[in-house]
Amino acid sequence: MNRYPTWKYILIATVLVFSTLYALPNFYGESPAVQISAAKNNSKVDTALLGVVESTLKQEKVAYQAVFLDASGIKVRFADTDTQIKAKDVLQGILGKDYVIALNLLSRSPSWLRSIGAQPMYLGLDLRGGVHFLLQVDMKAAQDKALERYVGDLRTSLREKRIPYNGIAHQRDIVQVKFKDAADLAKAKEQIEKNYPDLLLKEDSGGAEKTLNASLSLVALKRLQDFALKQNIQTLHNRINELGVAEPIIQQQGIDRVVVQLPGVQDTAKAKEILGRTATLEIRMVDEEKNDPATLQNASKGQVPFGDEFFVERNGVPVLLKKQVVLTGDYITDASPGIDQQGGESVVHVNLDGRGARIFRQVTHENVGKRMAILLVEKGQSEVITAPVIREEIGGGRVQISGMASIKEATDVALLLRAGALAAPMDIIEERTVGPSMGQENITRGVHSTLWGFAAISVMMILYYLVFGTISVLALSVNLLLLVAVLSLLQATLTLPGLAAIALALGMAIDANVLINERIREELHNGSSPQAAIHSGYDRAFDTILDSNVTTLIAALALLTFGTGPIKGFAVVHGLGIMTSMFSAVLVSRGMVNLYYGYRRKLASLTIG
Amino acid sequence: MELFRIKKDIPFMSYGRLTTSISLITFIFSVYFLAVHGLNMGVDFTGGTVMEVNYPQAADLGKVRAAVDGIGLKEASVQNFGTSHDVLIRLPIKAGLTTAQLSEKVLVELRKDNASVEMRRVEFVGPQVGEELYANGALALLLVCLGIMAYLAVRFEWRFAVSAIIANMHDVVIILGFFSFFQWEFNLTVLAAVLAVLGYSVNESVVVFDRVRENFRKMRKASVPEVINNAITRTMSRTIITHAMTQTMVCSMLFFGGEVLHNFALALTIGILFGIYSSVLVASPIVMWLGISREDMVKPDKKLQADAQP
Repeated sequence: MNRYPTWKYILIATVLVFSTLYALPNFYGESPAVQISAAKNNSKVDTALLGVVESTLKQEKVAYQAVFLDASGIKVRFADTDTQIKAKDVLQGILGKDYVIALNLLSRSPSWLRSIGAQPMYLGLDLRGGVHFLLQVDMKAAQDKALERYVGDLRTSLREKRIPYNGIAHQRDIVQVKFKDAADLAKAKEQIEKNYPDLLLKEDSGGAEKTLNASLSLVALKRLQDFALKQNIQTLHNRINELGVAEPIIQQQGIDRVVVQLPGVQDTAKAKEILGRTATLEIRMVDEEKNDPATLQNASKGQVPFGDEFFVERNGVPVLLKKQVVLTGDYITDASPGIDQQGGESVVHVNLDGRGARIFRQVTHENVGKRMAILLVEKGQSEVITAPVIREEIGGGRVQISGMASIKEATDVALLLRAGALAAPMDIIEERTVGPSMGQENITRGVHSTLWGFAAISVMMILYYLVFGTISVLALSVNLLLLVAVLSLLQATLTLPGLAAIALALGMAIDANVLINERIREELHNGSSPQAAIHSGYDRAFDTILDSNVTTLIAALALLTFGTGPIKGFAVVHGLGIMTSMFSAVLVSRGMVNLYYGYRRKLASLTIG
Repeated sequence: MELFRIKKDIPFMSYGRLTTSISLITFIFSVYFLAVHGLNMGVDFTGGTVMEVNYPQAADLGKVRAAVDGIGLKEASVQNFGTSHDVLIRLPIKAGLTTAQLSEKVLVELRKDNASVEMRRVEFVGPQVGEELYANGALALLLVCLGIMAYLAVRFEWRFAVSAIIANMHDVVIILGFFSFFQWEFNLTVLAAVLAVLGYSVNESVVVFDRVRENFRKMRKASVPEVINNAITRTMSRTIITHAMTQTMVCSMLFFGGEVLHNFALALTIGILFGIYSSVLVASPIVMWLGISREDMVKPDKKLQADAQP
């Protein structure tokens, strides 16, 4: 009765072989590498590029260990970090800014393991070092921005249709348009309803003036928020590409949050600055009619004329700008720092897309001789960088922004502009940074805890249950192997609490074997024959094992559902550990017992201590 | 080797009043400490910034404190963490200061004094996130309780479910009581440990309950207390060995796991110790007092008949 059918042994053996294979990459260690991926959609990472990379490295005599192409890009492995950094510089020089060239660590596992998809466990930030940010998108600001845009659009279309109005302004979450009489209002309403389906209109004719209140419909608001989030994620992608991070994670969380994880990033200040900056460009017209000294004087004291905003230029000159935005950073396709040919000062060259170029040409055409202000908007604060006089119509969408303090600033501004604008400002609401040395230490701590605990348990089990103890320990090692294999296969993020969960899973998994062994002893005391004792020991213990594991699994599931960060890492491993322990403690240990005792015809006693 | 070979059943149920009063007293103490001192909530729940920095030589806490004070953060706490080389700086949430930049500022200040200082980790949690983590933690706790109760009610009987949850909540409250009494820091990792204990400790009750159910079928003439006493005595050996094993693992974490896992392991230790006690000596008497009887447990069962004829 203690014999498994052959297929069960084969099943166990197959599982063991597979889990050994998939656990294997974890033991090879990692070496420094360079990872090349596309920075732009049109730059290709293919075998041709692979050839370029190889020949470049050979030409420059940079020794590499391996080079290959996979889904995430081209990866080149090196013997040490010095060669790695040298290679990065060489490749950056050749490939330019179309590609992201990031430093990374790669598993030293042989290529045949990689070809069957065996990878080492995916280490969380607390184990490999890096930064984790949770960013909150300011949806209110996105809404304000959209309404401000509607103010401009409505003004333009009312003018085009020659519908007179007394005023138009953005107040809280509505755009208010005032009319002299009801007839104008009705005409305007008809026009707006036709052209702006996203606006909800409400008449308010209580006072002397007839007022039309336009607000965003719920659908439009939802779409706006979705767009803002998507746009921000895209922008973060671009910015992070500039940073050169090997495996960044940028994900939406909830309706208005973004998680950013940058493994291996050491210069957190730089990362934070790049992410946190919400700089964009705005081009607005100077309100030339009101820029007389008296008005400026009053404006500096707070009496700003309606529809204008008061600024002080970088060089200290006060200026009144129209509130209406002519162009935003959304139209920018490229920006690069440079030196002005004539003046020798630092400038930023900006390229606009087709629509932006058209608008820009029209505006410059209409306003020759007037001043146009270029503002850098950062963290809700606008700064007028420069306000040059438009000398002639500017076509072709190439704009040069002067007024940069230094080449350093020009580079920074260009980077920010190139990386795109955020649709809405974001704030860092959670940060977890782990230095690289700490990550390594955490791995050591977790691994030591597991191994020493495992060793102690093994000694105790073998002393206490002899043969059955040895079998239990073997089953426990299988459990560890399975768990590592499953974690590697799923590429679930392993964190320090996750490592603790591995240790704990082993400590708890042994419970199943203790239950079984105790049951067998008891059956023996009750006078069962050895074979019968094994049989009913395993059989009776199974119900208990199942019940207790299900309750633990419930706890793990709840943790997984509501946990974030470290708790989630714990829950995943905890849950998986329970499932693998069911397999190893019940099936594998029984298999071994069957092989050891099951085929003996005359079994007088069991070595169970 | 067999350490626990108990011939006669130990009359645990007759000590029921004693054991539950001990529990009750510990419980009341825990609740008292929780009410008076509260928990020393970590930055995960309160929001704020924690920085860990490392110096190649023993750190001069006075200088670190002065540097932090220098940027107007008087409420900051500065202390050694683990070794004399590591310093933990806690910065409360301060209105008007963008907290994300705060840690950079502190680091710049510390570098001025000693350029060899190394940033080991920074954790910044905004107040809103802290509240959410707190709410989610509480929700997870509730969900675990409900899930386990539902499962036990289906697999066993509602009386088992109720008593198991009472016993386990008692463990959780006692762990929290310890954390409150010693003012150990309570963070997300500790919460994970508490929830793991909840699952683990129910485990313990399940093993005993399983035996109780089995005994109700086998020991036809025995009274309810006898059935429970026998179940506990028969599982005693397993209980002690299993917990010894798990505790060995947890001790290994306590010794090798470093500061980060320290409180995690502490919570588990308390949980395991009280878990044994409560699931055996609290859950079982409660089941008895709730009026469990053979008729509740023994239903016509085909599997039993199959078992009876091996």
